[in-house]
Amino acid sequence: MDTVETMRDRFIDITAGLLDTDPRLAVVLADISAAGFADAAVRHPHRVINVGIREQLLIGAAGGLALAGLRPVAHTFASFLVERPFEQVKLDLGHQGVGAVLVSASGSYDWPAGGRTHMAPGDVALLDTLPGWNVHVPGHPDEAEALLRHAAAAGDSLQYVRLSVHSNAYALPVEPGRFLTVRQGNGPVVLAVGPMLDAVLMATEGLDVTVLYAATVRPFDAAGLRAALGGVADVVLVEPYLAGTSANAAHDALAHLPHRVLALGVPREEHRHYGTIPEHLAAYGLDAAGLRRRITDFLDHGRTA
Amino acid sequence: MTTAATTERQSAASYGFADLPDLLSLMTGAEKHGAAATSTLDVLWVLYDRVLRVSPDTVDAPDRDRFLLSKGHGPMAYYAVLAAKGFLPADLLTGFGTYDSPLGHHPDRLLVPGAEIGSGSLGHGLPLAVGTALGLRARGLTDPAVWVLLGDAEFDEGSNHEAVAYAGAAGLERLHTVVIDNASATHGWRGGIAARFEAEGWSAETVDGRDHEALYRAFTAPHPGRPHAVIARVEPKNA
Repeated sequence: MDTVETMRDRFIDITAGLLDTDPRLAVVLADISAAGFADAAVRHPHRVINVGIREQLLIGAAGGLALAGLRPVAHTFASFLVERPFEQVKLDLGHQGVGAVLVSASGSYDWPAGGRTHMAPGDVALLDTLPGWNVHVPGHPDEAEALLRHAAAAGDSLQYVRLSVHSNAYALPVEPGRFLTVRQGNGPVVLAVGPMLDAVLMATEGLDVTVLYAATVRPFDAAGLRAALGGVADVVLVEPYLAGTSANAAHDALAHLPHRVLALGVPREEHRHYGTIPEHLAAYGLDAAGLRRRITDFLDHGRTA
Repeated sequence: MTTAATTERQSAASYGFADLPDLLSLMTGAEKHGAAATSTLDVLWVLYDRVLRVSPDTVDAPDRDRFLLSKGHGPMAYYAVLAAKGFLPADLLTGFGTYDSPLGHHPDRLLVPGAEIGSGSLGHGLPLAVGTALGLRARGLTDPAVWVLLGDAEFDEGSNHEAVAYAGAAGLERLHTVVIDNASATHGWRGGIAARFEAEGWSAETVDGRDHEALYRAFTAPHPGRPHAVIARVEPKNA
């Protein structure tokens, strides 16, 4: 298990390489992952910056780097990258009219034994309150690499890349802004986001549904969702962060149709247990068994309504 | 109004410090201004008149000096100085705070010619200045100076202390902070504000914020290998 490459390992590898080839790129850290960037820091002492455990400064300095003409990549755990310095994200980046790449680790439930303080299921919902953010939720290290390379090269735009130790067995050829069709059916559409895909495929085995896959959720591929609809506009969202985060985007995409949306994800209530990722996914109803039960309930209600 | 007619006829180059009250009047409608409205006026004037290497022609030049107004509250003095130095036309001042004016009660860098940052929420300018100094250094632009103006009450915000400690440790020599101290911090700063900077390895000096020669000397004092802070003391806000 320890030898499996995580998305965060891949992020450190490819970003160190990008520093060698892109003179605009600068990495800003707040101690987390600093050891991984130690070699890159020797090669690029002025473009690998560790401010210590100071997350307001992490984002403020990223904003200043962008004002000075660089492309900052700021990184720490999601709870300390988006939640703790949220006003800096709002004012020091978007409001100043500058861009950045924010790369988080740990996500919603990556370290259940660490408890609530290291869980950030609300990060994507928080960014949804701000204009201009592109949000990537890769489901595999290869997808993380493709999306990180895209984000770093995407001009001065605002890019959020949400990395997790939870991942799917295989990578898909993801493209920012487009949902992929993984399984074609005639019935409702199930949209699996990032690391949720494997469990969604198991949960929907034998059901007449179309499974879409999103490794980029903002922008939300509304046209792709509409094109995948079968006879009824029934949509199930399965997201690895706060349940309902993309419900508004789905409703907007289907606004011209009578439709139903079931939005599954991490519950809002605090879950005061430690343990492992599989235990937490099961408790949230996000393992294959829980997903199948809730998706079939939703489909059955559609038939009797 | 005679002041408006007068200022419209003047070219930017002809404005002096003595003209700033008239420019302020275009925004306030008042003939006289209290200490609160002018607490930053002398500091801003000395910086823009004698220290900062930036002009209306170089607002986009990579090697310009940067001035970041962190304390975005009460920006009339800032707008007056920008107008006096030709960054923005003086006739814009009369619209201060109105719907179609670029000049709000807090400045927006996307609207105000010459403004390096948008501010208003306190405690954002110094971290942005740290990042700007890091970015200029990373680009090999070691000559431009970065200046940021704070208030003594704004210094309450913890984000400043993250930036002060890091900038001192990193030895950001091109970073300069001026703190306008009008004793408005609710709990004060026992031991003084300069001591906070000095403890983190900055060069720091406290001067009379109305004395132009003293300000100029403090602004231009050498500080090799260290960032520099000037505490400019003015009349207490509640005196």
